[in-house]
Amino acid sequence: MTEALPTLWFVLIAVLWAGYLFLEGFDLGVGMLMKLVYRTDSQRRVLLNTVGPVWDGNEVWLITAIGATFAAFPAWYASLLSTLYLPFTAVLLGLIFRAVAFEWRGKVDSPAWRNRWDWAIVLGSLTAAAGIGAALALTTTGLPINANGDREGGPFAWFNGYALLGAAAVVLFCVVHAAAFLALKTEGGVRASALRVVRRFLPFALLPMLAWALAVQVSGGTMLTGLALVLAAGCAVASWRSARRNRDGRAFAALGAAMVLMVGSIFAAAFPVVLPSTLDPLFDLTVDSASSSPYTLGLMSIVAAFGLPLILAYQGWTYWVFRRRISERSIPAAHAVTPL
Amino acid sequence: MEALEIARWQFGITTVYHFLMVPLTIGLGLLVAVMQTLWYRTGEASYLRMTRFWGKLFLINFIMGVATGLVQEFQFGLAWSEYSRFVGDVFGAPLALEALLAFFVESTFLGLWIFGWQRLPKLVHLLCLWAAVLASVLSAYFILVANSWMQHPVGYEVVDGRPVLNDIWAVLTNNTALVAFPHTVFGALAVAGAFLLGISWYHLWKRRHDGIDTVDASGRVQIGAAAAPARDATDHRVWLRSARLGAVVAMIAFAGTAVSGDFQGKLMFEQQPIKMAAAEAACHDGTGFSVLSVGNLGSQSCDDIVALIEVPGVLSFLANGDFTTEVKGVNTLVPEYQEKYGTHLPDNPIYGDRAGTEIDYLPVLEVTYWGFRIMIGFGAIAALAAGIAFWVLRKGTVPESRWLMRLAVFGILAPFGANAAGWIFTEMGRQPFVVAPNPEFAGIDSVFMFTAAAVSPGVTVAELLTSLVALASVYAVLLVIEVRLLFTYVRGGVASAMPELASTPADHDGGSGHRADDADVLSFAY
Repeated sequence: MTEALPTLWFVLIAVLWAGYLFLEGFDLGVGMLMKLVYRTDSQRRVLLNTVGPVWDGNEVWLITAIGATFAAFPAWYASLLSTLYLPFTAVLLGLIFRAVAFEWRGKVDSPAWRNRWDWAIVLGSLTAAAGIGAALALTTTGLPINANGDREGGPFAWFNGYALLGAAAVVLFCVVHAAAFLALKTEGGVRASALRVVRRFLPFALLPMLAWALAVQVSGGTMLTGLALVLAAGCAVASWRSARRNRDGRAFAALGAAMVLMVGSIFAAAFPVVLPSTLDPLFDLTVDSASSSPYTLGLMSIVAAFGLPLILAYQGWTYWVFRRRISERSIPAAHAVTPL
Repeated sequence: MEALEIARWQFGITTVYHFLMVPLTIGLGLLVAVMQTLWYRTGEASYLRMTRFWGKLFLINFIMGVATGLVQEFQFGLAWSEYSRFVGDVFGAPLALEALLAFFVESTFLGLWIFGWQRLPKLVHLLCLWAAVLASVLSAYFILVANSWMQHPVGYEVVDGRPVLNDIWAVLTNNTALVAFPHTVFGALAVAGAFLLGISWYHLWKRRHDGIDTVDASGRVQIGAAAAPARDATDHRVWLRSARLGAVVAMIAFAGTAVSGDFQGKLMFEQQPIKMAAAEAACHDGTGFSVLSVGNLGSQSCDDIVALIEVPGVLSFLANGDFTTEVKGVNTLVPEYQEKYGTHLPDNPIYGDRAGTEIDYLPVLEVTYWGFRIMIGFGAIAALAAGIAFWVLRKGTVPESRWLMRLAVFGILAPFGANAAGWIFTEMGRQPFVVAPNPEFAGIDSVFMFTAAAVSPGVTVAELLTSLVALASVYAVLLVIEVRLLFTYVRGGVASAMPELASTPADHDGGSGHRADDADVLSFAY
């Protein structure tokens, strides 16, 4: 039983990342679409309010993925973050700007003020998605770490094609996932534009993630992980067809399922290595070499066994409470705060 | 500068900054939840207005706590990878528990509260706020458990030279954490109390200044009403109640910090004796508490420090509960530490150029001595001011003095200063350790780590400088914006949070066609 704990936690961390990409995936994408597709302030406010009540809860999936990695695989946490020092710093700055922009954008009634925060949301979302994509791709394909787990080479020694591929994979997924989400959550002009994005771009947008998954598949995949990729492709096709037939819920769910299958396949194919070393396979961090003690893992398993279902339940309830579609006519007029 | 120094400055700046936002989040959150509960139970308009107004300020600040808190979850791995590897088995658990059990509840239910005003039944809506606020208190507990383990490691065994968790209950009930938790929550309430008092004072003053409220010849307050619906008699009740609540909370909070702080002092005397000595800049063993020490604290040399005013017995009382026990001074403690933990850093590559250099066990005296006094002094001044304010408010308004109003508003900063000084004291006072040794464990069971060994070996000075400059400048800009936003919303009064109070009903006709009673229009929207 205790021998299985590191594997269990590897699975749980994969679940946390998949959950994060599924949930924050659409609010990061909605952030990017603020300037990509939508032009008027009332459309942008519709976008903001589709994710308004939920984005912060979605972001906790990231905090938990990182915190759980610290607790369950301290060596993985230490090596991944310190090796990718600058990309993670950029991710943090992006998330900081995005968070305050969500909350503060509507607090002053001025177009210049709003425009500045719109850019903060767009660039913050883009930076966060790209950085996290690069980090996830690199932790499954390898980083130049030595025997102690420290980076050899300068601040950019991590940079390679996989970093770009992972960044593109997550950014593009977020954009179409957000468009599918908006199609499901809005009405009128906002929905029509969102559907156009899904119909036109979905087939291309998933290609980088598929390429990343295939790369990991070639180096360590099994029948099962290959099968997951075939299923993922099936889901992507189903999502695209559903979007063409105006079946918003199905399109969104199938797209999310395609991502979950690909990410699941990637993590499973990488197993049992959590962070390969490009210098020497001997330096690879593995599920066993990087993990915490059975006591710590066992304790965390108990907490997660109670905590995660509860989290899913109340986060699910939030989505139920705010299930109504939003349109431009749902948005109240902006109000200026004036001194007495 | 070396990587270690930059990494320490970065951790210090980002964490102190984060802890400017967090006490206000915790303290004000609790008070807003109380206000909404009062509204739920009495249905009185002033409580609704209080909830809306203070809730709006709470949210403007809350988001900064969230944004800067993200950095905390990452920065152990970014700049302190050796630390993370060494302590991860124990230290990671409370962080993960915090995320799983507190952050999810906090963020999810706060989202429900912000957007749920018309959508949820009143009681459910209220409970959402309580869930979010109590989760933020719970997160404070978990992070203090983690921090307390660095001050006083417990609940572990040493396996292959590293601490491995073997008793989570011991970690969760670490006496250091159990006293730090109430101390921190009371510190947060002190911030919120001063915040309520200062801002409400401003509005009571403004009402007098604008001639709405007057004081007649016999000294009785005549509450008036201006034409704007936001400035009616209920508005007066909003500010008076808020001011009184703030004053009472500030006084109770100070008493709470004093009592819990007293327990902390006694634990510190046992657990980290040199921190206690450094708080005093005390060289020689003694019983007296220095009210004013002069000389060159910065020299880090005992010969240069003279205690000018000293109260005999008080230091013994702080440390031990009596007036006679000698508290060990630096001159006694440093040789003790050298004997137990070595005189020189080991020849281990993790120390880089510092390997083999002499260890300085003395914390920076300027910081510990003044940090300790600023914490206590600012806290006490804020509480005293709150007491006086409570008395002044007894008749129902505040004096017309503009200077007094300014004092009340600037007084908001005092408990912030006390909180920051307290943290700087306790963290700097732990140096040169990042994990201080627990004196109860000796030899092979002892776990401690020098800060010099904790920094990420692979990360370059250039990277650390880049992130330090980027984070510090972004934080500075955002602080300016946050304060300006808070000022704008404060000046707007309750109407800034309740636009329906901003104008008379007649103004609504020429509007944009969005009617507030339209079922499709969101009651709250970004």
